[in-house]
Amino acid sequence: MKYVTEYRDPELAQGLAAEIRSLVTPGEVVHVMEVCGGHTHAIYRHGLEELLPPEVELVHGPGCPVCVIPMGRVDDAIAIAETEGVTLATFGDMLRVPGGNGSLLEAQARGADVRMVYSPLDALELARREPERHVCFFAIGFETTAPATAVTLLRARAEEIPNFSVFCNHVLIEPPLRVILETPGLRVDAFVGPGHVSTVIGSDAYRFIPEEYGRPIVVSAFEPIDLLQSIAMLLRQRAEGRCEVENQYTRVVRPEGNPRALAAIAATMEPRRDFEWRGLGVLPESALQIRKELAAFDAERLFTLPGARIEDPKACRCGEVLTGQIKPWECGVFGTACTPERPLGTCMVSSEGACAAFFSYGRLRRPREEALVGA
Amino acid sequence: MPEATRRRRPVLRDERITLAHGAGGKATRDLVEALFLEELGNEALASLGDSAVIAPLSGRLAFTTDSYVVRPLSFPGGDIGALAVHGTVNDLAVAGARPLWLSAAFVIEEGLPVSQLRELVASMAAAARRAGVAVAAGDTKVVERGKGDGLYVTTAGVGVLEHDLVLGPERLRPGDRVLLSGTLADHGMAVMIARGDLELEGDVSSDTAPVHELAGALLGLGDSLRWMRDPTRGGLATALNELAAQSGLAVRLREDVLPVEPAVVAACEILGIDPLYVANEGKLVAVVAEDAAADALAALRAHELGTAAVEIGAIEPEPEGMVLLDTALGGSRIVDLLVGDPLPRIC
Repeated sequence: MKYVTEYRDPELAQGLAAEIRSLVTPGEVVHVMEVCGGHTHAIYRHGLEELLPPEVELVHGPGCPVCVIPMGRVDDAIAIAETEGVTLATFGDMLRVPGGNGSLLEAQARGADVRMVYSPLDALELARREPERHVCFFAIGFETTAPATAVTLLRARAEEIPNFSVFCNHVLIEPPLRVILETPGLRVDAFVGPGHVSTVIGSDAYRFIPEEYGRPIVVSAFEPIDLLQSIAMLLRQRAEGRCEVENQYTRVVRPEGNPRALAAIAATMEPRRDFEWRGLGVLPESALQIRKELAAFDAERLFTLPGARIEDPKACRCGEVLTGQIKPWECGVFGTACTPERPLGTCMVSSEGACAAFFSYGRLRRPREEALVGA
Repeated sequence: MPEATRRRRPVLRDERITLAHGAGGKATRDLVEALFLEELGNEALASLGDSAVIAPLSGRLAFTTDSYVVRPLSFPGGDIGALAVHGTVNDLAVAGARPLWLSAAFVIEEGLPVSQLRELVASMAAAARRAGVAVAAGDTKVVERGKGDGLYVTTAGVGVLEHDLVLGPERLRPGDRVLLSGTLADHGMAVMIARGDLELEGDVSSDTAPVHELAGALLGLGDSLRWMRDPTRGGLATALNELAAQSGLAVRLREDVLPVEPAVVAACEILGIDPLYVANEGKLVAVVAEDAAADALAALRAHELGTAAVEIGAIEPEPEGMVLLDTALGGSRIVDLLVGDPLPRIC
């Protein structure tokens, strides 16, 4: 497993940790936000925080695609799943996300036909195999997963599959980043940029971060060595007085992204006027909807959806966690009313969510980080 | 002339199991005698009484039961027949018992090919022979098509403890060592890949095997052996979390020595699944006293199922009830109980 082990080499890691230590000023804390949930997961799974000096504080960002889906949309998906003759297919980690009316797993237990798939193409294959049922794919994710949905839509149209649709919840990465950057009292000095999203949109897409907001960003891959190297690159930028977009994930990410993937998205989807984000509220032009030309495959046109806006539970502070204003354990219900077993907020649902990752892997380190929050 | 010898030898001509095979009449008798008895045959079973009557045993008895539900019924490295023997044998073995007797109950779905059933039962018989146990009692039921996944098997097992050792979490002491008999996650990943839902292909075989000889080798350590388990559903992480909670001590593991086959690592990475939580069906995890660790490891490695045995960690006084992992990179993290099924992540 060459490609796994070489990015997890302990000696390389120690070398990078030493470099990071040499780049910080003692006592001066740099707050680095990793935007992507995949990064959050990797940081906790490999215990990376213990390799960092106390002057580097990681803040977990909004890039967990499951975590940002509002409860009302989950209820809409459940309504589709509970329609007679309909099968709802979606990714595994969406199944446990609570809506106002329970989760998809609970709907499945009540008798709804909910199936887990690994790709929207698997959902299309289901539709081909079971022509007597309507198969709806509950599409979520940033620009990362949108191209696969786009290709599936194009294929469904080319093959004239009559019993397939997509409930489109694809979101864009730039709007929530702007919300974070415009948060009063912003606690983020530098960004580790998302890797998989960037393979599609390219590293140039983040130029607004240094240019408009004066924060450096390094697009990073997902292995522990990648993350340490990206943090070192950010600190070097600061030490050298630079503030720009850099790309650590050069083995996959290009400045201009992937033109074919972008073209597929553009051919099938267009920006929505606005979209509600869990914890962040309604953000203009922050999500994608299916183009009119593909209306025959658009679940939002085919089904009557409740479309309700459901307030997040009052005690839940997912929004502040997602924007890096508080650490997971600073939320009053963290680990008490809200646990991975019974999540109140979505940050506790997916293992990529900041709260769940912290609860499952990191809660021992709390005293050390708490001490720093006050600093 | 006695009744039994006058009867014709039963023949099973049907190609598929029908509801008639479960109705208790002639078809049932044919199925039992021409398939189950022929494959599993032993004295206790052949009497076809309502109970197997077995001679008294000397020593404490261990008694356990488990149901086996797996899709597909056959997978690389094994099938539900072998699994139903190994799982129950292993539960007896890690309790310190020598496995002796099994019962087996089969819930068969209407439509299952008889040839397939015969293969599965033959596999069960082979597994029982290898593990030194006899299937002494059995039962079959047939359910309507669509009401079962082909075949469910429930086995119960009885074994005898031929020593005075008391094994259990209460016997753990800080400083004790944690040993693992071989690679992690083979069974769970083999089944997940064999299901074919994932469009993943990989050279991964289930590790299903009886660990009674490995366990027997460790029993030779006497009081230095503290606790044994076979980390099945929920994987090593779940078994050790239960140990930590019951003992009130901590388990600290070393990630860099955890043995996982490269193909299993690859499949786990692709699916976003942690091998620590994936089922094993032929592995033993044991806690032994620090000064007995080298002998214990040598005893495991001397057996063909334990050649990859390794010391994976140690027992520490705190944090109470927790399992920690020193990552290969030099960090550490909690290894928590899993919530629900392991669900693959999306990106």
